[in-house]
Amino acid sequence: MEFRQHQLANGLTILAECNPEAYFGAYGIFVRAGSRDETSEVSGVSHFLEHMVFKGTPKRSAEQVNLDLDLLGSSSNARTGEESTIYHAAVLPEFQTDVVELLTDLMRPALRLEDFETEKKVIIEEIMMYQDQPPYGGQEQLMLEYFGDHPLGQSVLGSVESVGNLTPERMRAYFQQRYSPGNMALIAAGKIDFPRLVSDAERFCGDWVPYPVSRKVTRAVPHSGFSTLHKPSSSLQYVLQLTPGPATEDEDRFAMRILGTILGDDSGSRIFWKMLDSGLAESAAVISNEYLGSGLVMSYFCCEPSKAQENLHLLTEIHQDAVAGVTARELELAKQKIVSHILLASERTEARMFSVGGQWLNDQAFKSPAEIADQYSRITLDEVNAVARKYPLTGGRTISIGPRTDLQLA
Amino acid sequence: MTDRQAIFQHRLSNGLTLVAQSMPWLESVAFSCAIPSGCSREAADQRGLANLCCEMVFRGSSEFDNRQLVEKLESLGCDYFSSTSVYHSYFGGAMPAKGLFEALRVYAGVLRHPLLPADQLEDGRLACLQEIHSLEDDLPARTLLELRRRFYGEPFGRNTEGVLEHVSRLSLQDIKNFYQATYQPTDAVIAVAGKVDWEPLKEHIESLFGDWPATPTPKLLSQPAEHGVCHISFASHQTHIGVAWPSVPYNHPDYYLARGAVGVLSDGMSSRLFREVRDRRGLCYTVSANMYSLRDTASIICYCGTTTENAQQSLDVLIEQFNLLAEGISDEELNRLKVQIRSGLIMQQESCRSRVGSLAGDVLYLGYVRTLDEVNERINNLTTKAINEWLRQHPPGPFDVVTLGEQPLELHDGISTTPTR
Repeated sequence: MEFRQHQLANGLTILAECNPEAYFGAYGIFVRAGSRDETSEVSGVSHFLEHMVFKGTPKRSAEQVNLDLDLLGSSSNARTGEESTIYHAAVLPEFQTDVVELLTDLMRPALRLEDFETEKKVIIEEIMMYQDQPPYGGQEQLMLEYFGDHPLGQSVLGSVESVGNLTPERMRAYFQQRYSPGNMALIAAGKIDFPRLVSDAERFCGDWVPYPVSRKVTRAVPHSGFSTLHKPSSSLQYVLQLTPGPATEDEDRFAMRILGTILGDDSGSRIFWKMLDSGLAESAAVISNEYLGSGLVMSYFCCEPSKAQENLHLLTEIHQDAVAGVTARELELAKQKIVSHILLASERTEARMFSVGGQWLNDQAFKSPAEIADQYSRITLDEVNAVARKYPLTGGRTISIGPRTDLQLA
Repeated sequence: MTDRQAIFQHRLSNGLTLVAQSMPWLESVAFSCAIPSGCSREAADQRGLANLCCEMVFRGSSEFDNRQLVEKLESLGCDYFSSTSVYHSYFGGAMPAKGLFEALRVYAGVLRHPLLPADQLEDGRLACLQEIHSLEDDLPARTLLELRRRFYGEPFGRNTEGVLEHVSRLSLQDIKNFYQATYQPTDAVIAVAGKVDWEPLKEHIESLFGDWPATPTPKLLSQPAEHGVCHISFASHQTHIGVAWPSVPYNHPDYYLARGAVGVLSDGMSSRLFREVRDRRGLCYTVSANMYSLRDTASIICYCGTTTENAQQSLDVLIEQFNLLAEGISDEELNRLKVQIRSGLIMQQESCRSRVGSLAGDVLYLGYVRTLDEVNERINNLTTKAINEWLRQHPPGPFDVVTLGEQPLELHDGISTTPTR
């Protein structure tokens, strides 16, 4: 396993974790472009652009893009989040140059009007699909209520209205702000011929013209409170809570993840024993999410509506108790679990590509799975208990979604 | 292409099959114990018993209580699971390789000497009831479960979660009886993939399960199914469309001909459904068709989720595409599909978790493991001519349709989907 890196003159970063034993290579283009970079008028443009990238380039029609992806036997997809858009494909080693040519060509999309209008309908179908899925848009509403007018409160998908109003020109203008080579990275993992990766990148992307890109990162001022989204047709009640947590650049994010595992993992955690093993909740979790400048912890459960108030009290109790600290045994088991997950993920080529790319997105120096596991292993009880005090999990923003409208915090 | 594939199989005298793939370059291992206690074994008025029994079996053994069991597995770094399907219940996990034998010893205790603690029956029941409620909110799953229920009939079209009223009244004695009848080695499989040595594993499994007494498993007969069209009226943004038609099961000589045809329909972004329903017309976000094979019977099941205003056109285009498939596929389509399937097969080789699922499935459905070479050869040997001949003799249809949404839809031949509830 060897970590290699290179940067083209125009600023495009190339990173690879080369594993000659791997069966295939996974490739990704990571762009620092997400919903936090959008204004409300173009809400959803990052995600819509992600779709449009597959609709063709000056030299390929939409149909040709699909044919070429399948001709390489690729397992490919893309995802858009608050801070990034990622395009990825995994192929057998003999297709390395072809897939790099294809992925990089896609990064200069044609944005043809006809394709734009057809794909707009697909995006609206996607928005409607999520409206039918639990928690029925409740998570977007909660993010908006928690972050207020901070950019992290904006929906990744956008609304039917904002997407409906988008035009190819507005999208092109957004593209011109974010898809500069200095704001992008070509990431690879698995069986990679690195010198060829660099020379191919030079050949395919060397003429991309760089331009200045900026992102204003401010710390969010979280809002607290409780709201209800009435959904009479829902069979279960869904409750989501957001409280502040460590940001991407905060060192205590590792201790917070351990605390999250102790409190809210889907097995063996405090939530598991009080709410899941007892059958009181259908599912429940505590998950920390880091963003640049701001982090949050999401606590979540869903259950049969008649159990919702009891579960909400239990969750609050678990969160209140956390401030008093966790035990050495809990810490030991949580570390064992995290280290084991890191080992299992380290054996999957695509997971390695996402790990390398994720570290680049967050401006972090490369760490191998063993180094990351070691970082978790060294966290002490005092450090976990310190984050439990520093980031109390009560008093944040809560939303209750479902047939009941009478839930209350204790 | 399989120079690194080492697969071993051994049948214990009591009927339990052990199958393993040694992947010595990994540091991890995955295992799965398939016990013939699926929901098809339930009495018709005890729907959900298999799932509740699976839930209760995992609540401790003669050696460990519920909490000690979970702690023990976590201390081994085992990411464990348990689930129920039509034929079997599955218990297993993935973990660092060094703890495998100890984990298997723990599982032998759980499967052979479960505590079935009376004081946790209500907890277990509540957990199972929550699963039934949760399913109500999953509209695509509801649509496809109803389609499968109608297509396969009793008992193979059952959903594993069961019926609310039945689960509410099941007793501990019902669970004990079901356990006694179904948790045994005949038709059971233990699959292991990852960093493991075959001979010591075989010896270990013999010592843990070799004296597990076998009881004969009854042959289950399929009851007539309900075919045709039906609509479930529900106030949703999208209409969820499920279409099914008969195909051939995994153990059938023509399986790969059918697989090739459905691949042209649905594998990849250049597939016909993705192109015609989503890409060219923008009618949906999700559309797919897959083979769904039971032991002796199989179907192709298609799903499409689309807003109410686009639903009728979506169904029309789907049916049109199914009918067009009968006219044949092209060499280019088959060639693309071959590359995709071959790549997928090779990529699947790196993960002990995905391998363990394939090993268990192959033994349960075929009695042996199809090696990568064998599958690759079967795929490579597919010809456009053979698939088209097969499609000519077995054109898609007759179609069973279930829709869930605001309004019933009409099939292009004029038959409307009758509201059922």
